[in-house]
Amino acid sequence: MNAPLNYVPRSDFKKRTFAATQDPHLRQSFRSAMDFLMAKRQAQFPDQEAFEHLRALGEEVRRYSLSRLPELLEQLEANLTRNGVKVHWAEDAEEANAIFLEISRSHGATRLIKGKSMVSEEIELNHEMAKHGVDCLESDMGEYIVQLDGEKPSHIIMPAIHKTKEQIARLFHEKVPGVDYTDSVDELIQIGRRILRENFRDAHIGVSGVNFAVAETGSLCLVENEGNGRMCTTVPPVHIAITGIEKVVEKLEHVVPLYTLLPRSATGQAITTYFNVISGPRKPGEKDGPKEVHLILLDNGRSQAYADEQLRQTLQCIRCGACMNHCPVYTRIGGHAYGTTYPGPIGEIVSPHMMGLTATHELPFASSLCGACGDVCPVKIPIPDILMRLRREASHEAEPGRPALRGQGAGRNRLVSLAFAAWRTIYSHPGLYRLYAWAASRLNFLTPKSQLGWTASRTPLIPARQTLRDRLKNRA
Amino acid sequence: MEKRTYPGKPRDVYLYATCLVDMFHPDAGMDTVALLEREGIRVHFPRDQTCCGQPAYTSGYPEEAREVARKQLDLFPLPWPVVVPSGSCGGMMRHHYPRLFADEPEARAKALALADRVFELSEFLVHVVQVKLTDRGSAETVALHTSCSARREMGTHLTGADLLAQLCNVKLEVHGHESECCGFGGTFSLKQPDISSAMAADKVAAMQATGARGFISADCGCLLNLNHTLEARKEAFRGEHLATFLCRRTGAKP
Repeated sequence: MNAPLNYVPRSDFKKRTFAATQDPHLRQSFRSAMDFLMAKRQAQFPDQEAFEHLRALGEEVRRYSLSRLPELLEQLEANLTRNGVKVHWAEDAEEANAIFLEISRSHGATRLIKGKSMVSEEIELNHEMAKHGVDCLESDMGEYIVQLDGEKPSHIIMPAIHKTKEQIARLFHEKVPGVDYTDSVDELIQIGRRILRENFRDAHIGVSGVNFAVAETGSLCLVENEGNGRMCTTVPPVHIAITGIEKVVEKLEHVVPLYTLLPRSATGQAITTYFNVISGPRKPGEKDGPKEVHLILLDNGRSQAYADEQLRQTLQCIRCGACMNHCPVYTRIGGHAYGTTYPGPIGEIVSPHMMGLTATHELPFASSLCGACGDVCPVKIPIPDILMRLRREASHEAEPGRPALRGQGAGRNRLVSLAFAAWRTIYSHPGLYRLYAWAASRLNFLTPKSQLGWTASRTPLIPARQTLRDRLKNRA
Repeated sequence: MEKRTYPGKPRDVYLYATCLVDMFHPDAGMDTVALLEREGIRVHFPRDQTCCGQPAYTSGYPEEAREVARKQLDLFPLPWPVVVPSGSCGGMMRHHYPRLFADEPEARAKALALADRVFELSEFLVHVVQVKLTDRGSAETVALHTSCSARREMGTHLTGADLLAQLCNVKLEVHGHESECCGFGGTFSLKQPDISSAMAADKVAAMQATGARGFISADCGCLLNLNHTLEARKEAFRGEHLATFLCRRTGAKP
């Protein structure tokens, strides 16, 4: 099942974006998919004022939860434990995978079935388990498709959005034994369902993510459309949930505004088909449900974001994907070009904490700062501001007395620093600027014809023969 | 977008032309002066103005931006409005200066006072001057492009369209993905040329698909991006600065 990963490595961001922009098929499929999703979301928020009111509430809930994060996590652990859920803490991907492996081994489990979970993508659970002879099958249809093709999701909500139905039809025909070629979507879904049904029945452990963890009640909320999440968390004898530490809220009522915003922002649905609230394993006398439930709380760089007041806002995210749906850059390059688990604007601001700036320093610059992401964010994360902040941290070494981000200064470029130093000198000395502007206009024939990235697809910028200030002077 | 209360029409204004207009679009600056003077407003050009600081601010060099911005804070001693004929530069002064000086109470107070009287050109013409334009040109169809920050921070898509709607022989065509970024993004156009070029190519294609003769914009960065893209593609379609277009249509003489 676990094909070798054929997605791109985490280097050569420019090479990948170039390839993506030159791929008309990719461009067209993302454009039309994002147009569709933007229209669906817009239909759910017809009244801008009502939306602003609702998202202010969503922001407030997330900010409040984060302001009390340490104590809420302790409360969550205590109440989950009381409910019979075993709680584990993982510092990084390696620790999280070790916990999965340990639980699997203690049950002699070799077959895992998983509902959609981006945190499990973050730790590359499937591939880590495969190394130890544990098979982990995706049961969300989109995730199943990308797993079948040895890929990573290209979108956090719609993992296989980059694929056409013809590509999926060929993939099923080639990779699933006994499947004839069909590009009927209904037939393809039925084929997937049939295979997954058998696997739900036979799996030893079910794996899921968590959308909201409620501290006060010790409950795990799971939002989904396909019912596979419910199958994963109820049919196998053991359920392991994994989530980032930021997903906790204090009270069940705090889930209400967040759940009101999430599906509307994500898929343009007022409500999802399934909303699961999991509050512990099967109790005596109950006829179904897993006998054992585990929750793994993963840090993986989140506490670095948490430690900084501005960067902490990154953790408000409820993973709706609206920022990527509305991002003109994501629409042009798709999700894989980013080389991260989380693509798009949210990926640009969260990945530096997970992977360090050494691996991700180009990402904060992959934005025109147009602001569309910040406008649609249901919890008002000021994504453009955080991008600008990370640009600074990527371009500058840490200063004494200020905590450094992992990989701080990794994108430092002496030429760029020199250019801005020169720019500052000229533009903060009006006399010097006048001289510079006068020379640049009078000697405009000396302007270089090759101007870095600008002239890749544009004619060079040449100053006018006479500046405005000179024209105004002559006029007076 | 914030709701703003506007003052009455003043006798004097400062023109903050921006470095882009000064060096690359001086015509737009001259045409801005002509439009304002025709309304009986005296235009003052502080000669020590340079750049709003945005290039460094958005590129991860806020300290450098602050030093340049600091110099602009002292350019406007009298309480006249400051008119900016380039949307995103206006947004920088209006919305980002107070944040740039968040840790310096004295400079921040100046920045807040300045922010209060900074107006983007189309916003100023519509809401402060309450200009009434008389169209003298022949029938013409155009598209309108607004910079993302000016659109979001100052609502320039509304004021731009309002001015064009006053011209009875001008038809404004709405293009696909009109609110989407043209791919300029300041240094983004240098750092990510492939993505930026793809965005610019889509934008010019969408505007041309409307059948418009050309497009109008009051944002110099976007204008440079799109016009130089069009020139490289050897296409005749061009963008014109809003001030230049209004002068041409209404017969104002720079």
